[in-house]
Amino acid sequence: MKMTGAEALLKILEGYGVKHIFGYPGGAVLPLYDAILNNPNIEHILVRSEQAGAHAAAAYGKYIGQSGVCIGTSGPGATNLVTGIANAYMDSIPLLAITGQVDSSFIGRDAFQEADITGITMPIVKHNYLVKDPKKLVDIIYDAWHIANTGRKGPVLIDIPRNVFEATVDFEPRTDLVKIKGYKPTYEGHQSQIKKAVKMINSSFKPLLLVGGGVNFSKAEKEVVEFVEKYNIPMATTLMGIGTYDETKDLALGMIGMHGMPYANYAVHHCDLLIAVGTRFGDRATGSLSKFAKDAKIIHIDIDPAEIGKNVLIDLPIVGDAKSVLSEILLGIEIVERNEWLEKIIELKSRNRMLLHKTALNPQLIIQKLGDMARDDILIATDVGQHQMFAAQYFKFSQENSLYTSGGLGTMGFGLPAAEGVALAAGGKKQVFCITGDGSFQMNMAEMATIVEHNLPVKILLLNNSSLCLVKQLQHFQCDKRFSEVSFTGNPDFSAMARSYPNMTAYRIENEDEIESVLKEAMSHNGPSLIECIISDENLVYPIVPAKKGLAEMIGVEKW
Amino acid sequence: MNKDNNIKINGAEIILKCLEEENVDTIFGYPGGAVLPLYDALYKNKNIRHILTRHEQGAGHAADGYARVTGRTGVAFATSGPGATNLVTAIATAQMDSIPLVCITGQVARHYLGKQSFQESNIVDIVKPITKYSYQIKNVEELATEIKKAFRIAGTGRKGPVLIDVPKDITVDKAIFEYPVEVNYKVEKWGESEHTYQLVAKELMDCKKPLIFIGGGAQDASDEVKELAERLKSPVTYSLMGKGVLSDKHPLNIGMIGMHGTGAANYAVSECDLMFAIGVRFDDRQTGDEINFAKNAKIIHLDIDKKEFNKNIRGHIHLHDDSAIGLFKLLKVMKEENYNHQKAWLDQIETWKVNHPLVYLKSGMIKPQEAIEAINVASEGKAYVTTEVGQHQMWSAQYYEAASARHFITSGGLGTMGFGLPAAMGVQLGKEGELVVAIAGDGSIQMNIQELMTISANNMPIKIVLLNNKSLGMVRQWQKMFFEERYSCTLFKDLDQPDFVMLANAYGIKARRISERADLIAEMTAAFKEDGPQFIEVVVDSEENVFPMVPAGAANDRMIFE
Amino acid sequence: MKYTLSVLVENRPGVLTRIAGLFARRGYNIDSLTVGRTEDERYSRMTIVVDGGQDIVEQVAKQLHKLIDVIKVNDITEVPHVERELVFIQVKSDSNNRGEIMDLLKIFRGRVVDLSKNSMIVETTGDCGKIDAIINALSPYGIKEVVRTGKIGLIRGDGRKN
Repeated sequence: MKMTGAEALLKILEGYGVKHIFGYPGGAVLPLYDAILNNPNIEHILVRSEQAGAHAAAAYGKYIGQSGVCIGTSGPGATNLVTGIANAYMDSIPLLAITGQVDSSFIGRDAFQEADITGITMPIVKHNYLVKDPKKLVDIIYDAWHIANTGRKGPVLIDIPRNVFEATVDFEPRTDLVKIKGYKPTYEGHQSQIKKAVKMINSSFKPLLLVGGGVNFSKAEKEVVEFVEKYNIPMATTLMGIGTYDETKDLALGMIGMHGMPYANYAVHHCDLLIAVGTRFGDRATGSLSKFAKDAKIIHIDIDPAEIGKNVLIDLPIVGDAKSVLSEILLGIEIVERNEWLEKIIELKSRNRMLLHKTALNPQLIIQKLGDMARDDILIATDVGQHQMFAAQYFKFSQENSLYTSGGLGTMGFGLPAAEGVALAAGGKKQVFCITGDGSFQMNMAEMATIVEHNLPVKILLLNNSSLCLVKQLQHFQCDKRFSEVSFTGNPDFSAMARSYPNMTAYRIENEDEIESVLKEAMSHNGPSLIECIISDENLVYPIVPAKKGLAEMIGVEKW
Repeated sequence: MNKDNNIKINGAEIILKCLEEENVDTIFGYPGGAVLPLYDALYKNKNIRHILTRHEQGAGHAADGYARVTGRTGVAFATSGPGATNLVTAIATAQMDSIPLVCITGQVARHYLGKQSFQESNIVDIVKPITKYSYQIKNVEELATEIKKAFRIAGTGRKGPVLIDVPKDITVDKAIFEYPVEVNYKVEKWGESEHTYQLVAKELMDCKKPLIFIGGGAQDASDEVKELAERLKSPVTYSLMGKGVLSDKHPLNIGMIGMHGTGAANYAVSECDLMFAIGVRFDDRQTGDEINFAKNAKIIHLDIDKKEFNKNIRGHIHLHDDSAIGLFKLLKVMKEENYNHQKAWLDQIETWKVNHPLVYLKSGMIKPQEAIEAINVASEGKAYVTTEVGQHQMWSAQYYEAASARHFITSGGLGTMGFGLPAAMGVQLGKEGELVVAIAGDGSIQMNIQELMTISANNMPIKIVLLNNKSLGMVRQWQKMFFEERYSCTLFKDLDQPDFVMLANAYGIKARRISERADLIAEMTAAFKEDGPQFIEVVVDSEENVFPMVPAGAANDRMIFE
Repeated sequence: MKYTLSVLVENRPGVLTRIAGLFARRGYNIDSLTVGRTEDERYSRMTIVVDGGQDIVEQVAKQLHKLIDVIKVNDITEVPHVERELVFIQVKSDSNNRGEIMDLLKIFRGRVVDLSKNSMIVETTGDCGKIDAIINALSPYGIKEVVRTGKIGLIRGDGRKN
C-alpha cells in the first residue's frame, strides 16, 4: 500500500494497539499532525510542554505494559523531551519518542529549529535513529518498537525529517517477528544456573527475596507471591520494585535503602541468601557496597548481563527474564522449615520504631490515612523529594503496578504528567493521586490544563512546606543547618491557582482532623482536584543511612 | 598569578572565586544533592546574587536573557541528573543564537561515575552537539583553569554556551586558589587588512543598489552600522537577531528580511546589486530559496566565524573580522564624497514601502498587531522587549520599534517557546530600573509559567503582555495555508486554558484583561506606569495571520500579502 | 594490563560515535581503535585495545554488546591471534646517514616510501612491540613525525574453538 511516511507511522502504531499519543505540534511535524487528524483510532493528547509529554507517555507505558509514545517537533520540541527520555532510560521504561526534524537537505546547516537530537540523546537512549531514507522508515519503526519493548526495556528515539513524513512509502503490515542481528535478549535462564539457585535456596536458613523494577516489567508478581506465601521466603523491594506484592502482609518488608524501612534494611543485613531479581543495586538502595548483605550469598537474576557484577559481587548470576527464571526456580524449591528466621522477621517488623518528628500536621500521617482509606482502589504518582520517600514508606502499596515514580534520575516534575498518563491509560476507571511537593509541582504545573481539558480523575495531593525540603534536610546534616536557596520566600496561592483552571476543585488541609473528611470529599467526585496540605518545613525523612555507611547503620531509628 | 596566601579552600569556594574574578554578579539556578557544597559556599558569599528559579530551564533562559541584554556572559547552576538535563533546551537556544553562557552542573562523586548512580547523567556528552565546549572536571587542581577557560571560550570569537560539569567530591576537595592570567585556548585569529577594506570600499563605490543586511553578530556595531548606512545612503534590512542594531525609526531602516519580512526588504534583496551582510548566517528563514537569494547581487559577508562563509550562501568577498572593528576599518578607508549616487534606488525602495506597507484591518476584536503598537505608545519606545515564539514574535518583530541594540530579546535559531518569560527576568536584572516588557502567546507562556513565581517573589517589575488568541497560532496559520484548514491540535477551547488573570493573581501579580479596542492604549499605559510586575492579557482575534509571508523554500520576492 | 577486543559492528554512520561515546561515558581508556569494512560490506570490524583490569574489560565487553549496532564482541587477548600495526615515521636524514638508516630498516623489514633532502618517511608493519622498537632505534637520528594506525587483529584458524 502506498501512503505517506506519517500515515505509515500511525498504521504501525495502530497495529501495536496504540490508543493515545502525547505531543505538541510544530513546523517539522506538521505532516504528522495532519495524518493524526485523519486517524480515527489514535487519540492525540496535547500536552502543554513536551517534557510533560515524555513523562506522561512513560507512565502510560508502564501502566499498559508496552511503550507509550510521545511526539516533539524539531529543535526545542526535541530538546524539551531530553529530561523525560533520560528519566525513562534510568528506570528502564519502554518509551517511543518521535521527533520531527528539518528537511533532510537542511540537516547540519543550523536551519531554523534544527537540533542534533540523535547526538544529544545518544547517552540516554537504548537506541536512536535518524531516518534519512524514506524507504527505511517502516523497518526502522518496527525495529524501534521491538527494541523499546523487549529485553531490558528503555527509550528509543526516531528522528524523522519533515520530507520523510511527506514522502510516499510502501507499507505492508509486518507479521513476522522482528529480528535484529546485534540484538538478542536472553529470556530463558541457564538450566545449570537455575539448578544451582534451587540448591542454594533449599539449603538457606535465612533467605530474602529482593525485588526490583524488573519484576514489574516482566509481570512476575504471581511468582513473587508464590515465593513468599508458599515457600515462606520474606521479601523486600527497591523503590522501583514497590507494587509487586501487598506490603500489608507479614513477610513483605517494603523498601530497602537510604530511606528504607528499618526492618527491610536489617533483613538485608542479616540474611544468609539474597535472591535479587530485576534490580541494578543502585547506590540509594545498597548503601556502602562493602557492607551490603555481607553475610549473604547473592543470586542475581537480571535480563541485562551488563548489570551482573556491575556494582555488587555476585555468587550466582542468572541472565534471563524475571518471570521465566523465577517460575523455573519455583519448580525446584522445597518448603523448608525456617521458623527462627520468620519469627525474627516478624519481630523486626512489629518493633518498627521509625522516628517521627511531631508537627502540627505530619505528611507521613496524611499518606498513611490515604493508604488506609483507598489503598486497593487508587493509583499513586509521585514527584521527587521528601514526599516521595514518605509515600514509599507510609502508603503500604497493595496493588500490582500501583506506584509511578522517578527512581534513578530523581526527576522533579515527573509526578503530575505521570498521573495524567496513568489516568488516561486506566481509562478513567481509577482515581490517580499525585503526591507532590511545592517545589516539584511547579516544574510541570502547566499540565493542569491538559488534565482539565480531558477531565481526568487526577487528585493532586500537594504537601506544601514552602521549601525544597529534601535538599534542606541534606543541608541540615551536611552543611550544619546552613539553609541555602531552599526556602521559597513566595509561593503561589495554590488553591487560587487551581481554581484558575476551569473545573478544577481546590481543597485545603491544615489540621489532622481534616484529613479524612477532605480526602473523602475529593474522592467522592471523579474530576480533577488539588488538595493543598499545609505542613511544616521541619520534617525529616527517617531513617537515614549516612553516606559510606551500611544499611544496618541507620540513624533516626531506635537502637535494638 | 593571583595567589591567596597559600590557604587551601574547597572546590565550591574556588568556583565562586573564579566567578568573582570574572565579575559575575548574578547567577540563576536551582539546588540539589550534587551541588550542596556549591550552595553552601554561596550561602557564605556576599558578592554574588543567586536567583532561585522554579525550574532549571527557567534558570538557563534567564541567564541567557541577562547575557543578551548586557553583552556579558550569563551563568546558570543546576544539580546533576534532571537538573542538568533540564538545562538542555536553554543551552541549545543559546548555541543557535551565539549567546555567551557558562553552565555549571553538579555531578555525582567520581567513584559513582558510569554506574547509573542516583541522579547521574552524562551531561557532558549530551550537550556536546549544542555547546562550544563541554567538560567534566577531573580534579580540584584544574578547576580554576578550566573555569577561566570556560569564560574565555564562551565570550570570545563567535560566542556561545559552555558547560562545566563538576563531580561533588571535587567541590569538597581543597586546593590553593590561583586564577591563571592566561589559559591554553587557541582563539581563531581574525582581522582583515586595510588593503582588503580598500577593495570593499571600491565595491561599495561601484555599486548602484546596495543593501546592508545585519544580524545578531552586529549587536555591538550599532554606531558603525549607522555611520556606514548614512554615508552610503544604503537601505538597511535585518534578520530577527539583528533587530535594534539600527533604530527601527531610522529612515534607512526598511524592516526585517525573510519569511515574515517587509515587502520593501524582500524586494530589495532580490533587486540589490550589492549585499553587505554583517554578522548573519543566512538561515533558511531569511533566505528562502537559496539559489535565487540576492541573485543579482555581489555578496560581501563580514563574520567572525569563518565556518559561516559559503555554508548556506556563497559570498563573493569574505571578511573574517569582528563586525565593529571591521566596519571601523572600512569607514576609515572610505572616501565620503563618492558614495552619494543612489537616488533612483532609494526612490524604488520608497515605492515598495508605499505599495507594500505592513497592514491589518482595525475592526472586530482587538488585532494582535494593534497590541504591539500600543506597547510602542505605552513604553514611549524605551522598553526592553522579550518575546516567546510564534505569531506574536513575528508581529513584535514587524511592529515593535526597537530604539537601539540589545533591546529586542528573542529566540531566533532554535525558536524556543517558553524562552521569553524567564529571559525577561535576566533582562530585568541586567537592566535594573529600565522598563522590561515580556510579550507572550497563550501557548508559549504555559511552557515556563512557573517562573511567574520567581518574578513575583523577587518583585521584578516586568510587564507581561499576553496576546491570547486561544490557539497555537503560527502552527494554525500553516495549517490554514498549507493543509486546507485542517486544524490538528492547535485550537484551545475555553475549558482548555486557565483563566490567566486569576492565575497571575494566584502568583501575587496584579493582572488585567483588555478586550475592548477603546481601552487598549489607556490600560496598557496605566499598567506600564505601575510598580512591580504586571500581567496584561489582551484578548485578540484568533483568525489573524502574519503577513507578508514567503512560503518555505520560495524566493524572497514571492511574498503572499494576505 | 592491555586487552584486545575484536568487535563486529554494523557498517553504518554513527556507529563509531556510539562506541566512542560509550567509552567516554563510562570512563574507559582506549589505547587504540581501528575500524574497517569486512568481507561482507554490511559489517565492519573494530579492533580496540583497552587498558584496565579484568573487571573493567568485562564491563566494556558487556556494555559494547548492549549497543544495538554491535553484533559480536570477542576478547582475543588470550586467544591465539595474529596482530599487526602499520607505522609511518618521518626521520631526519641526509646523504651522510641515509645508508645507515637503510641498513637499520632491513632488520625491521621496513622500507622507505618518501625521500627528501633532509628527511625520509619509512614504513613498517608488525606487532606493537616491533613498532615501539623501530621508533626507539630511529630516534637517535631525530624523528620529526610518527603516525600509527593502531592494532588490527584476527583470531587464528583454530583459535575460535576457545
